[in-house]
Amino acid sequence: MKPMTRKNLVVWIALLPMAATVLLAYLGTMLWSARMSVSGSRTFPSYDFVGAAQYMRLFDNERWLLSLQNVALYGVLFIAACLVIGFLLAVFIDQKVMAEGVLRTVFLYPYAMSFVATGLIWQWMLNPELGIQQVLRQMGFANARFDWIVDQDMVIYTLVIATVWQASGLVMALLLSGLRGIDEELWKAARIDGIPRWRVYASIVLPMLGPSLSTAFVLLFVMVVKVFDAVVAMTQGGPGTASEVPAKFIMDYLFGRANVGLASAASIVLLATVLAIVAPLYFVRGRASRLKEA
Amino acid sequence: MSATMPVKSATRRRLGWTPARAGVYGFLIVAALFFLLPLYVMIMTSLKPMEEIRLGTLFALPLRPTLDAWSVAWQSACTGLECSGIRGGFWNSVRIVVPSAVLSIAIGAVNGYALSFWRPRGAGVLFAILMMGAFIPAQVMIYPLVRVLAAAHLYSSLPGIVLIHTIFGMPVMTLLFRNYYASLPLELFKAARIDGGGFWRIFLQLMLPMSTPVIVVAAIMQVTGIWNDFLLGLVFAGADNLPMTVQLNNIINTTTGERLYNVNMAATILTSMVPLALYFISGRWFVRGIASGAVKG
Repeated sequence: MKPMTRKNLVVWIALLPMAATVLLAYLGTMLWSARMSVSGSRTFPSYDFVGAAQYMRLFDNERWLLSLQNVALYGVLFIAACLVIGFLLAVFIDQKVMAEGVLRTVFLYPYAMSFVATGLIWQWMLNPELGIQQVLRQMGFANARFDWIVDQDMVIYTLVIATVWQASGLVMALLLSGLRGIDEELWKAARIDGIPRWRVYASIVLPMLGPSLSTAFVLLFVMVVKVFDAVVAMTQGGPGTASEVPAKFIMDYLFGRANVGLASAASIVLLATVLAIVAPLYFVRGRASRLKEA
Repeated sequence: MSATMPVKSATRRRLGWTPARAGVYGFLIVAALFFLLPLYVMIMTSLKPMEEIRLGTLFALPLRPTLDAWSVAWQSACTGLECSGIRGGFWNSVRIVVPSAVLSIAIGAVNGYALSFWRPRGAGVLFAILMMGAFIPAQVMIYPLVRVLAAAHLYSSLPGIVLIHTIFGMPVMTLLFRNYYASLPLELFKAARIDGGGFWRIFLQLMLPMSTPVIVVAAIMQVTGIWNDFLLGLVFAGADNLPMTVQLNNIINTTTGERLYNVNMAATILTSMVPLALYFISGRWFVRGIASGAVKG
């Protein structure tokens, strides 16, 4: 190691906020939460050691298991719907349509809004007494039912609708910039060979959008793991506990129920899930880009 | 119009009117209506008096449009016992967003500059960990951060929430500036070094003046992101500094008595106004932020 020169010293002083953030705010908090998850902490941290007891209690906790089940169903539907709708919007906008700028603005504006506002708007639209259900009944469908937001079995789908409305424009924007990077020669070649456009999209363009799709997937996946604001604003986890999610479980046990040990165990499970999904994707992509450079 | 990306002019070739073409427009129009519907409902509801809302005609235009709900939402809607509307939250959000955005952009710029041009030993590892940090769910960090801030007497204070936003914004801001500076020619930096420029002089006099585009993108991302934040404001800001999103949720979800849907929707629009205005004014830059900050979590 070189002796610390004056030049290096200045650079490191400039990087001090970053070093402190990485070491204390990111690594430090992770280690602390991991430590808490193997302690019996309630309101205040304690430093006893209870082994995996908190994790076992966690996976005996019905509300946690329900949260996991909810977020899994929500996540699959949310990610699939956003990718499909975003892809279709991008492809259809890419057909040299009129008013492209207007359409793009319309599809992306919900993404500028907060999840709280998103949840509140849809809570109102789906209101069983005065919302869409009532409109359907006034239109003559006297028995129309669209009270999903107060239905334990259907409430999770309302969450999907609201957040897909908010986030699918993001996928469209990402894929559209991917589509614009595709060479026009491809289309000429396909036309000469008489390959229908949809075939080209399905067999050639879609694989070429791989990097954009994986970026979109990672962004959506992180949103799923973090989903909290929208639930709090839209359903407060209800009716009953039918729309509970892990992020909300952790917040409730940290602050409402003062059970830091259990909440920390839950947060470490969440962290492990994220790393298990995101790290391999980034590893593969990093290797692919290195291969390309070589 | 905003949100327009450059299109290769050679590709601007209209296709003939075919059934497939009609299908494309049909799909896009239906999709556009679906995306616009909530905005329409929100605005219409906010303009109706409660008697009209009780009719259950969600999609109808207001018969007697009024701005009463807007003024109630702004200055006299109740959260719990306090009835001073959402304006307090608006100013709290302004007080949180401005210093948080300035600080996180400044630190991101210095980080990006140091990482791209000076590359001190070990900084690459720090940067890699910082990037992983973008994916860490906030719930893992919240409790330890609460304890640390409480020990430093910063919990539930304005400086505390500003610090928190700076920490959570650092991965994306650093990445954004690092990528921008990496795209500048290295010769520029080398020449400045030969002319005897030091770390700060090169940054302030050479790099910063060339950074306007990336600063604009960073500002849009940070103002939108911090304004829309709910979780961090809820936990760290404290009762005196609750941001607008938290107050909005309190007004709508904790009121007792009759629910004033027109007031609720007016308050929701008011809360969304800042990021929406930013989006409509700066569309193209907004999209650029999405593309370059793609690790944002």
